[in-house]
Amino acid sequence: MPITDHQEQKPVKLRARNLDFSYGDKKVLDGISMDIFAEQATAIIGPSGCGKSTFLKCFNRIHEVSSEVRVAGDLEIDGVDIFRGGIHEVELRRRVGMVFQKPNPFPKSIYENVVFGPKLFGVRDRDILDGIAEESLRKAALWDEVKDRLKESAMSMSGGQQQRLCIARALAVNPEVLLMDEPCSALDPIATAKIEELIFELKKEFTVLMVTHNMQQAARVSDYTAFFWLGRLIEMGPTERIFTNPRDRMTEDYISGRFG
Amino acid sequence: MVRHFDSELQDLRDGLMAMAGQVEEMIDLSQAAVSEGSSGKAEEVKAMDRLVDEQELKLDQACIDLLALRSPIATDLRLIASSLKIIPEIERIGDHCCNIARRVPYIHPPILAGDALERLAGETRGMVRQAVDAFVNGNAELAREVIAADDKVDVLYVQIYKDLLRIMLADPLCIERASNLIIVIKNWERIADQATNIAEEVLFILEGVNVKHPYLHQPEG
Ligand SMILES: Nc1ncnc2c1ncn2[C@@H]1O[C@H](COP(=O)(O)OP(=O)(O)O)[C@@H](O)[C@H]1O
Ligand SMILES: [Mg+2]
Repeated sequence: MPITDHQEQKPVKLRARNLDFSYGDKKVLDGISMDIFAEQATAIIGPSGCGKSTFLKCFNRIHEVSSEVRVAGDLEIDGVDIFRGGIHEVELRRRVGMVFQKPNPFPKSIYENVVFGPKLFGVRDRDILDGIAEESLRKAALWDEVKDRLKESAMSMSGGQQQRLCIARALAVNPEVLLMDEPCSALDPIATAKIEELIFELKKEFTVLMVTHNMQQAARVSDYTAFFWLGRLIEMGPTERIFTNPRDRMTEDYISGRFG
Repeated sequence: MVRHFDSELQDLRDGLMAMAGQVEEMIDLSQAAVSEGSSGKAEEVKAMDRLVDEQELKLDQACIDLLALRSPIATDLRLIASSLKIIPEIERIGDHCCNIARRVPYIHPPILAGDALERLAGETRGMVRQAVDAFVNGNAELAREVIAADDKVDVLYVQIYKDLLRIMLADPLCIERASNLIIVIKNWERIADQATNIAEEVLFILEGVNVKHPYLHQPEG
C-alpha cells in the first residue's frame, strides 16, 4: 500500500482508483489510487519509464490513439467517470489541457496558435477571439512580450516563449485542469524560472498536474508530490513533508539522489 | 549508490564529535578544578574555550556551504539543519564551563559535605556524553534517556541549592562561597538543559518529529 496523507480542504478534482494500464503484455501502471485536488499543483516524480507520462495522458485519453492498450480501474473528473463514456473525448480535452516537454507550437502566427482551440469549437467572432487571445496570453505571462508581434510566426519565438505560448493555447479553451509533462526540461534556467512563476499563478485558478525530473522544481512549485516507481505509487503527500520527512525509504533514496 | 555528499556529511558529523569531545573534557576539568580548588585547571578550561569557539565558526560555515551547494533534502536536510542548532548548544556548554572555572577562587575551603557536587557534575557530563553518542550513532533510545535524565539533574540541583541556602542562613561567613557555588551548580544545571536540547535535535534528525515543548501538542485545559 502506498503512503498517502493530506489535510486538504479543496475538493478532489481528479481521482484514480486501482488504475492499471498495459501496452500489450507490458504493465506500465499498476493499481494507482490517487486524489488530485482542485487549485493545487501536484508533481509526479520518479525514474524514467515508471509511467508518469502514461498516467498523465490517461486523464485526457490521449493514449487511445495507440492500439494494444489495456486499461482497468477508475478515473474520474469531478466525480464523473472518464473512461466509460461519462464525458465525450472532445469535451474532456477541452477541460483537461496538456503541455508537453518540447514546446510544440503550430507553424502559424502567435495569434493563430492561441485562437486555434476556440476556432475549433466554433468561435468565429473576431472581437471575441481577440479577447480570448489577449486574456490567454496574459494568463500565460506572455502578453507584454508579444502584443506588438501577434502576426509573427510562433517559430520566431524563443523556446521559453514557445512553451508559454503552448500554455496560452491550452488556456484559450477555458480548461479546468492543466497537465504538464516535464514542461521545463528543454528550457534554460531563466525560461524555467518564468514557467515556475507561471505555474504558481495558474494553480490559483486551475488544477495543475505536472511531471518533473527536477526535485527542486517539484519542491518550489508543487503543493503535493507523488513518487512513482515501476508503475506504482509509492508515496504521496504534502510537498513540505515529502521533502523534509519522506516515510518510505525508496522515496528518501530517490529524492536525495541515492537511487540505483 | 555512494555519494560524494555522504563523505561531506560524515566530515560534518566528525567535526561535531570533535567539538563535543572538547567540551566534555572541559566539563571534567572544571569539575576537578571545583573540587580541588585548582586555579591551574580553571585556567586550562578557559584556554580550551578558544578552540571550541574556533570549531564553532568552522562547522557553521561547513553547514552553510552544504546547504548552498548540495540542496539537501529529507534526512540530509534534517541532519544539517539540526547541526546548525546543535553547534551553538555545544559552544554554550563550553561557556558554562568557563563560568564555573571563574568561580573556583571563591569557593574554598569547601562548605558542602558529601559528594552532591560531584554527583551533579557527573550526571550532567553523562548526559552530554550520551547526547553526543546518540547523535553520532543515530540512537533514538539513548536520546530519550537523556531527555528523561534532565529531571534527575533538576532534583539534584534544587537539593544542593536548598542546602546552600541553609548554610548561608546558619553562618554568614559562608555567604560568599555559597553564593558562588550557587552559580556553579546553576551552570551545571544549564549544561544538562543543553544536553537535553541536543537530544531533542537527535530525535528530529532520526524521526523527523519535533519533540520540543510537548505541552503545545496537548489539548488545552
Ligand atoms: N506507445 C507505447 N508502446 C509501448 N510501450 C510504451 C509506449 N509508451 C510508453 N511505453 C512504455 O511504458 C513505460 C512507461 O512510459 P512513460 O509513461 O513514458 O514513463 P515516464 O514518463 O515515467 O518516463 C516505459 O517502459 C515505456 O517504454
Ligand atoms: Mg515521461
